[in-house]
Amino acid sequence: MTKIYSHPKSLRGVTTHYCPGCGHGMAHKLIAEVVDELGIREKIIGVAPVGCAVIAYDYWDFDCSEAAHGRALAVATGIKRVRPQNIVFTYQGDGDLAAIGTAETIHAANRGENITVIFMNNAIYGMTGGQMAPTTIAGQKTATTPQGRDVRTSGYPLKISEMLAVLEPVKYIERVGLSSPSNIIKAKKAIKQAFQNQIDGVGFSLVELLSPCPTYWGMSPAEALKWIDEVMTKEFPLGRIK
Amino acid sequence: MNKILISGNEAIGEAAVQAGCGFYAGYPITPQNELTAYMAKRITETGGIFIQSESEISAINMVFGASAAGERAMTSSSSPGISLKQEGISYLAGAQLPAVIVNIMRGGPGLGNIAPAQSDYFQATKGGGHGDYRLIVLAPYSVQEAFDLTTLAFDLADIYRMPVMILGDGIIGQMMEPLEAKSKKRKVKNVEKPWALTGCKGRKPNIARSFYMKEGDLEKFNLGLQGKYKKIEGKETRWEEKYVDDARIILVAYGTMARIAEEAVKQLRKDKIKAGLIRPITLWPFPVEAFRPAKRARYLVTEMSYGQMVEDVRLAVNGKAKVEFLGRSGGGIPTQEQIINKVKDIV
Repeated sequence: MTKIYSHPKSLRGVTTHYCPGCGHGMAHKLIAEVVDELGIREKIIGVAPVGCAVIAYDYWDFDCSEAAHGRALAVATGIKRVRPQNIVFTYQGDGDLAAIGTAETIHAANRGENITVIFMNNAIYGMTGGQMAPTTIAGQKTATTPQGRDVRTSGYPLKISEMLAVLEPVKYIERVGLSSPSNIIKAKKAIKQAFQNQIDGVGFSLVELLSPCPTYWGMSPAEALKWIDEVMTKEFPLGRIK
Repeated sequence: MNKILISGNEAIGEAAVQAGCGFYAGYPITPQNELTAYMAKRITETGGIFIQSESEISAINMVFGASAAGERAMTSSSSPGISLKQEGISYLAGAQLPAVIVNIMRGGPGLGNIAPAQSDYFQATKGGGHGDYRLIVLAPYSVQEAFDLTTLAFDLADIYRMPVMILGDGIIGQMMEPLEAKSKKRKVKNVEKPWALTGCKGRKPNIARSFYMKEGDLEKFNLGLQGKYKKIEGKETRWEEKYVDDARIILVAYGTMARIAEEAVKQLRKDKIKAGLIRPITLWPFPVEAFRPAKRARYLVTEMSYGQMVEDVRLAVNGKAKVEFLGRSGGGIPTQEQIINKVKDIV
């Protein structure tokens, strides 16, 4: 008998603390699988986010650093510059990467840091109780947009991937969705490409994952997956951006 | 030993390089710009890394990353920029990461001005960022001491796994004096860093963190930090004293202010007034011991602020002697004459 699947070595066997249907568990696992497949577990240094995934390092079984809210790419820059031989990635939510950390994000990208960014976009702030994110869809109801996001007062969903794509040193950006088996396979492929780029010294690579947050979207896990496909992808189209 | 003429800012940079600093990130702000420029040139000559960051916040977080990865790392700024760095300083303290942070103080609050001041004393010694933490704070009063204390700062940061601040003012940063920079490469204290993030080859994964969610864990961690601080208070307190044995009045001052106070003491002695000087070198841990034996004396604390260190002197004296204060700030510096007049008023 041939063994065709096993628990990734880079993922600890701990019980999840995430809500049912949350995308973080899936994203953690995809990263762990990619790290195993590329054989970089002993070289990788992850930078964990602030937010629901703050204890990502309790799941991954490799070296990790925390970072203050929004500062992951500054911390990762420090790590990667002094240890260019290591593989460094940040794992950041939409608040982290597209609100408080916008400056760090744009400038790390524009310096062309040879770092991999995993950008979790669930269009909402999860840990703090479902407030509006920069990526919240127009009309979407959140704790701080109870009537739905009004673009006249709260602005439009921020398309960080498209914004970064115009920067010369940014080498690879792809948006994928954690919404169906086929999309998840594409997501894993994109994550693998982004890490391979770093191994090959290509430069700044980012994968944006549209990720479900059933709890704060007020949906069942199944409805949340449908909402990604039917609503979120209209605002944030899937595919290679750069 | 060769003497060179160099500014305080540049002396700090040279000391950092000689201490094995391999990573510097900073953002321009007056009056410390010569240090950023010096590092841009010198650290790269020695194979280190220089980054002009997009902000002070980014710089301190780059230092966090470089330090977590095991490198000797430094950033520098001046008062408003240090305020921005406070978030990162708290995180460095929380993750027990070594780093050297240079504050060449200017006038405040707010944008203030670019004149020298000492009005960030509270911020440096009492926390500044959030949480129960301390920095070792070293206050140079000459270009030579700016050099010497910077090399010491790197060693202390590594030994105690914590951020150390060099607290100078615009005069210390900008004035030029002869410096005996060690001609041979100074012996770098090689502190093992088994906690560093290097990739988990052959060991369990390391995590640089300050987040403790489980009940009781954070309190336990904080008690550990407090124990470390207690140990530092016992071992690392530094000060200099002059003419204190027979003094009827002792001036207390640090940094540039101590130079002016020292000249005032010399003049007062000529005028037959028995004055002395205590000059704290570590502002935290504060040299409490220096104030115990001379309880017969009165104290006059002079600062380029409106009274910050004077509170620590009062705590150290603990009601056993009178403590007077003379301070100016916002571009004003107490003069030798003002100090002498004040002393004569007191005695």
